[in-house]
Amino acid sequence: MTNHWVDIKNADLVLVMGGNPAEAHPVGFKWVIEAKKNRKAKLVVVDPRFNRTASVADFYAPLRSGSDIAFLGGVINYLLSNDKIHHDYVKAYTNAGFLIDDGFKFEDGIFSGYNEEKRSYDRSTWKYQLDKDGFAKVDDTWQDPRCVYQLMKAHYARYTPDMVAKVCGTPKDAFLKVCEYIAETAAPNKTMTNLYALGWTEHSVGSQNIRCMAIIQLLLGNMGMAGGGINALRGHANVQGITDFCLYAQNLPGYLSAPTDADVNRQAYLDKRTPKPLRPGQMNFPQNFPKWHTSLMKAWYGDAANKDNDFAYEYLPKLGGASDVLATFEAMYHGKMNGFFCQGFNPLGSVANKRKVSDGLSRLKYLVVIDPLATDTSEFWKPHGEFNEVDPAKIQTEVFRLPSTLFAEQTGSFTNSGRVIQWHWKAADGPGEAKDDTEIMAALFLKLKEMYAKDGGAFPEPLQKLTWAYRQPAKPAPEELLMEINGKALADVTDPKDPTKVLAKAGDQLGTFAHLRDDGTTSCGNWIYCGSWSQAGNNTAKRDPADPSGLGQTPNWGYAWPVNRRILYNRASCDLSGKPWDPKRTVLKWTGEKWGGNDVPDMRPDAKPEENVMPFIMNPEGVGRLFSRELMADGPMPEHYEPFETPLDANPMHPKNPKATSNPAARVYKGDMEAFGKAKDFPYVATTYRLTEHFHYWTKHSKLNAIVQPEQFVEIGEELAKEKGIAAGDRVKVRSNRGFIKAVAVVTKRIKAFDVDGKKVHTVGIPIHYGFKGVTKPGFITNTLTPAVGDANTQTPEYKAFLVNIEKA
Amino acid sequence: MNVTRRQFFRVCAAGLGGSSIAMMGFSPTAALAEVRTFKLARATETRNTCPYCSVSCGLLIYSTGDKSKNSQAEIIHIEGDPDNPVNRGSLCPKGAGLRDMVQSPNRLKWPEVREAGSTEWKKISWNEAIDRITKHMKADRDANFMTQNKDGVTVNRWPTTGFLASSAACNEAGYLSVKVLRSLGMTTLDTQARI
Amino acid sequence: MALQSLDIKQRSATTTPTPQARQTVEIAKLIDVSSCIGCKACTVACMEWNDIREEVGTCSGVYDNPVNLSENAWTTMRFSEVEQNGKLEWLIRKDGCMHCSDPGCLKSCPAPGAIVQYANGIVDFHQENCIGCGYCVTGCPFNVPRISKTDSKAYKCTFCSDRIAVNQAPACAKACPTGAIQFGSKADMKDYAAKRIADLNERGFDKAGLYDPEGVGGTHVMYVLHHADKPSLYAGLPENPGISPLVSLWKGAAKPLATAALGLVALGSLFHYVMKGPNEVSKETEKEVEEEDKA
Repeated sequence: MTNHWVDIKNADLVLVMGGNPAEAHPVGFKWVIEAKKNRKAKLVVVDPRFNRTASVADFYAPLRSGSDIAFLGGVINYLLSNDKIHHDYVKAYTNAGFLIDDGFKFEDGIFSGYNEEKRSYDRSTWKYQLDKDGFAKVDDTWQDPRCVYQLMKAHYARYTPDMVAKVCGTPKDAFLKVCEYIAETAAPNKTMTNLYALGWTEHSVGSQNIRCMAIIQLLLGNMGMAGGGINALRGHANVQGITDFCLYAQNLPGYLSAPTDADVNRQAYLDKRTPKPLRPGQMNFPQNFPKWHTSLMKAWYGDAANKDNDFAYEYLPKLGGASDVLATFEAMYHGKMNGFFCQGFNPLGSVANKRKVSDGLSRLKYLVVIDPLATDTSEFWKPHGEFNEVDPAKIQTEVFRLPSTLFAEQTGSFTNSGRVIQWHWKAADGPGEAKDDTEIMAALFLKLKEMYAKDGGAFPEPLQKLTWAYRQPAKPAPEELLMEINGKALADVTDPKDPTKVLAKAGDQLGTFAHLRDDGTTSCGNWIYCGSWSQAGNNTAKRDPADPSGLGQTPNWGYAWPVNRRILYNRASCDLSGKPWDPKRTVLKWTGEKWGGNDVPDMRPDAKPEENVMPFIMNPEGVGRLFSRELMADGPMPEHYEPFETPLDANPMHPKNPKATSNPAARVYKGDMEAFGKAKDFPYVATTYRLTEHFHYWTKHSKLNAIVQPEQFVEIGEELAKEKGIAAGDRVKVRSNRGFIKAVAVVTKRIKAFDVDGKKVHTVGIPIHYGFKGVTKPGFITNTLTPAVGDANTQTPEYKAFLVNIEKA
Repeated sequence: MNVTRRQFFRVCAAGLGGSSIAMMGFSPTAALAEVRTFKLARATETRNTCPYCSVSCGLLIYSTGDKSKNSQAEIIHIEGDPDNPVNRGSLCPKGAGLRDMVQSPNRLKWPEVREAGSTEWKKISWNEAIDRITKHMKADRDANFMTQNKDGVTVNRWPTTGFLASSAACNEAGYLSVKVLRSLGMTTLDTQARI
Repeated sequence: MALQSLDIKQRSATTTPTPQARQTVEIAKLIDVSSCIGCKACTVACMEWNDIREEVGTCSGVYDNPVNLSENAWTTMRFSEVEQNGKLEWLIRKDGCMHCSDPGCLKSCPAPGAIVQYANGIVDFHQENCIGCGYCVTGCPFNVPRISKTDSKAYKCTFCSDRIAVNQAPACAKACPTGAIQFGSKADMKDYAAKRIADLNERGFDKAGLYDPEGVGGTHVMYVLHHADKPSLYAGLPENPGISPLVSLWKGAAKPLATAALGLVALGSLFHYVMKGPNEVSKETEKEVEEEDKA
């Protein structure tokens, strides 16, 4: 979230699209209801299903699953062609006037640089025209045909209300009504917040769905504003924190892009990741990358990371290729993996195409499941009737199951979706011999270290040199770990402007990442968490709920990264002169000497307005991007592509170009391509989702939750039910090209058939949550049905739009 | 009023059953009204955070005992923390049911192994579990560790064992996990963040 | 004045007057159906707090689980898909005891002290005194009480009287994520309802209103409905609930008459009660009434 949960109450319009917060985040949704009750805010829901969020909405518009970009492209077109944009904001704070390279083109659904064989783009033309100093050329009049505004206007002119209705199946008047609601917030003192979740990410165009909203919110001037922003409602309690610590291959903690084979040495690695400003006078904050990275290496390797050995650069593994879950299970399926750990993760349930996952796990030598619960994954080898038909004798995988503790049995911090880090305390011991995750990791590490010390083996240095100064080596304390994450001064840190001034004494906990250095004099396990445990102590444990501004900022409750800032890009909540666009909701203002107000400024505190330091400080251009340069794999402006399993014969926007039917840059493995179903065999659009009563694959183990939603079901509309002779409560079989599930039919008025390009398209709604282990009624794993294809940028699988057939079981 | 004769007698008789008992001074109890005792009166209260979605609601966990040496805390009730600025005491059906998650019959209590081809779990000690797992890890790492790629670039990676990290673990556990895994050279690493 | 006072206003089948001197505040829960998202936090919080667990059932083709009230499910959500004037609405109502000012259950209950009404408005069942006759079920205009299959006692929502007694909100109201369940004095709840109704009127719900039915003297669980003119849209919420004519009859003319005429029946009941326990009383009574009927 660029903003945070409580800030939703400051919105004038809440647009829920790509999410269903009343069901997936009911308590966060409280702040939508508060906005309605206290600000007379309106709630608009756009979704394939009339869900529980829609049940309290002021307006609901249906759209076919997988057609969001067509809808949002239509909104962009509406705003531009009716001139419903916040002009001063767009002019000052976006790249609308930036000139784009003459080589950039978009023809019949494909951007310039496409390589069909590799299914990828050469993005070298997706860039700004630069002047002799290396700065982007800008036409402030927006008249140049190569400026972003003109290119964008032309690109989205194709997304007419009729085209939206044709592609999305949304009635034209409903679409226009949503546009009217949205357009009202172009006024400087009106804001819209957007709440989205996996309903946008779990598509082969997931990242571009979100890019559409970024464009819309920039055009409306809603970024940086209280009650505005783009708010990703994240999944697990600490999915934000675990993402911040980057427990995935591409990044190191703090989103520091990890080295790859191309980064032959430290200098080359740092140079590539330290951008130069694209406009004069901008903060270009990522220029500090070497400080963050060096401090991380000091946290991990201490004295063993020094100037003489390139700060132990060689200790970091270089990434050889993709290693997201889809890539991992692809490799496992082909027998290229030997061992696998699942820590609090149930991939048999969570990952696409259960059959492929199960076959992959069967080809491992060893599988280690670290979990508080008996997960389905831990028993992938065990027959559970028709829900899991396997032959254990044929599965040679050795499976270990290690009991870990739950939240109530641990002390530590979680980071919520609004980036607020909160400390919690242990209430009781875990059952039996359960251990904390930290203890389990320590046990594995210390044993390996001992084995390597005794017997030697492959490249033991990083293991031997890893810092491990915990008072109880087998039990690193959460307090010690957060202090290490925060970082400290290894030598006196002085002010670069005045070397006599000591900012942090040697040995002190650091108060801000502004004090990090690239010469090895600071250590920090995650730069964005710097300040969470300063000399003042554990700031994440702060519990003062006071809200002096009335905006819900609660600055002394927990600690928000970065530097306790509650609303990102908050400089954009003021005009160029530093006056708030809406004085009633002042987040920040220029006081004449510095930036003050009700938040930590997202700006150099003494940057005078006339210096023209722009609010998007993480971007080298300083402004928000309507055109995302070469940063996205599948295009600098979002374009509608059909899901990989589409009910249509072609992309209605590019009916004559089969290359542009589905995302041309999405990665598809051989075998997975063959496993796609066709509309003639699987005529219905399926979409998977969560229910209010359950959390992922966990609460099926909790009786109270089993009581309130006991059994797997699928939802279909009355018309399809009638066609198929299915009554509510009947058992039905749902098939995709990858397998089938059986479940109870819920027949509802809340799902209606769509008229798409003259064709009637039905939706089958399939909740996740069920499986063969749990206290709920045993069920099939929903991801038996889903395809193993992901978004071109994130590889998030396309769970929200694929094809099935349905019949009475 | 439409009352049949039969209904009339039924009403009279049933009501009378009770009334007459009282009339004769033979009341089953003194008919004092007492509510159930407030069960949290001396329970221990601990502040925690809901482990489910990313709203991260504040919790009050109530457990038996006063943390004295001889009493093992048992969690008897969980409700919302009214001080938490986001949930202000409220919880959703998942959070409100957390007690049954903590006390799920499907909680794991000790390490277990399922041997290759076997049809059942076998309880093992932590020592045996860690010994056997690390032997697998070392054997795989030593056999498949890649020091250089085919172009002679130092890559120092171990691609053949993977790790899916928990999105429900604390930041501190996540940090320790990534620190250890990267030191081993592991590159097949992902988290629930993606799905 | 404390909200929590649990001074007794009236007891079932008891003629001794209750003390009336202390004046305590009437409390209420307000269920704003227009803010309810049907999440069932209330349902779960109720079972968790009260240490009851309904059986894990099955899906019957709708979202309504638990499918009905029971001795282990004192509240449940009822989902209604309503299409009017081409607009679909998903009306979701939390069902459970309304805590009537004039409680039909208490009036019809023959067991002394099995049902009490506190001065603050809570109607509470005391299972220790319950004889399991099921007359509260007949007496209730909202079809709320349930007789347990295991112990033959009547159960229903207690309004979390144990929490109220120590000045805590009921478990359902505290948990409710959207604030659709509010708790406070009945007067404050009516004021709050008026604000919600004004907001709904502005959003085009002309007939929004408060459900606090007069037929039972008003209730201590009230609803804000978007369509207060049609309560039955909300899974059959009664339009004009009142106490069953049978109960009124018994409490009025029939009681002295019956007391005189049916002494034998009473004695029979008493012996059965003493010898065999509560269930037998009602069965025996039933039988004798039927015999009487045949005669």
